[in-house]
Amino acid sequence: MRCNLIRWNKVKEAIMKTIKKAFVASLPVMAGYLVLSTGFGMLLASKGYGVFTSLAMSVFIYAGSMQFVAVDLIANSASLIAVALTTVMVNARHLFYGISMIDKYKNVGKGKPYMIFALTDETYSLVCADNDMNSREYSNYCLYVSVFNHLYWITGSVLGVLIGMILPFDVTGIDFALTALFLTVATKQWTETKDHMPAIIGAVSSLLCLFIFGKDNFLIPTMIIMIIALYVLRLIRGDKDA
Amino acid sequence: MLSKYYPLAAIAIIAIVTCMLRFVPFLLFIGRKTPKAIEYLGRVLPGAIMTMLVVYCLRSTDICGTGHGIAELVSCVIIVVLQKWRKNTLLSIVTGTVCYMLLIRII
Repeated sequence: MRCNLIRWNKVKEAIMKTIKKAFVASLPVMAGYLVLSTGFGMLLASKGYGVFTSLAMSVFIYAGSMQFVAVDLIANSASLIAVALTTVMVNARHLFYGISMIDKYKNVGKGKPYMIFALTDETYSLVCADNDMNSREYSNYCLYVSVFNHLYWITGSVLGVLIGMILPFDVTGIDFALTALFLTVATKQWTETKDHMPAIIGAVSSLLCLFIFGKDNFLIPTMIIMIIALYVLRLIRGDKDA
Repeated sequence: MLSKYYPLAAIAIIAIVTCMLRFVPFLLFIGRKTPKAIEYLGRVLPGAIMTMLVVYCLRSTDICGTGHGIAELVSCVIIVVLQKWRKNTLLSIVTGTVCYMLLIRII
């Protein structure tokens, strides 16, 4: 009995530690998400939609840039086929997050379907890095990070609608928080690894495609070129650690 | 005249398509060992995707326009320098964003 109690306390302590770790890691996303989703809510309110629409989108779609695009599509009554195709174009990058998380998320337990659903750009940036956690701790960490981020996003988008309905105010430029988040993570990854080739390939192929295909259509060609380049790199390096 | 259910239908479609995109990679390799080639991608993609996302976020920067992208450039430099120096993610993000919001109102 007492032994069980001690064991339970130990488990509880470990869980609390992981929750704390996940919360601290999620703080930058909290800042970025609250700001962005509040902006999203305000935009939605300015088109005459209410809390319910905002809530539905943030709970079930939960994809930052796509929700901004969606406001535009819905406000302009785009056809449902156009809506589906635009979603594929804007969100195709999620395929790649999945590919790079297949092994990391292999044995993460019951939360796996939710964690896959909630794998946004920002959540990905927090869970994709190598770490020194054991597999159980890592699974919990990823789950908590996913839940925290989702809650920030939902909170902001409801808040945004309410603020937008009461006082319209100028939030231009606030979406730069996202750029800042990705740039910070990229800098961090750059500092922490000796192999800079993937980052260079990512930058060069996206700039190249941006230049050739223009800002509205460059994401998919970029990803194709990026993958080809990464495999060429693997061939050149002779497969030594693959 | 669009039905009053149009927004809901649009939201449902976006939600379903997004969810499918997120699940497909995991469903493809269910129950079997991940191929070496995919394992390799999993290892190198995070670094490449992150720089791609930075370019993606900055795609609308108009270098020939009024601001010449100076606000973006200055804010990005500040973020990188701050991150290298203090290694505090939150600090880098907040400073960079505030700086950007101020700059676009000044320039």
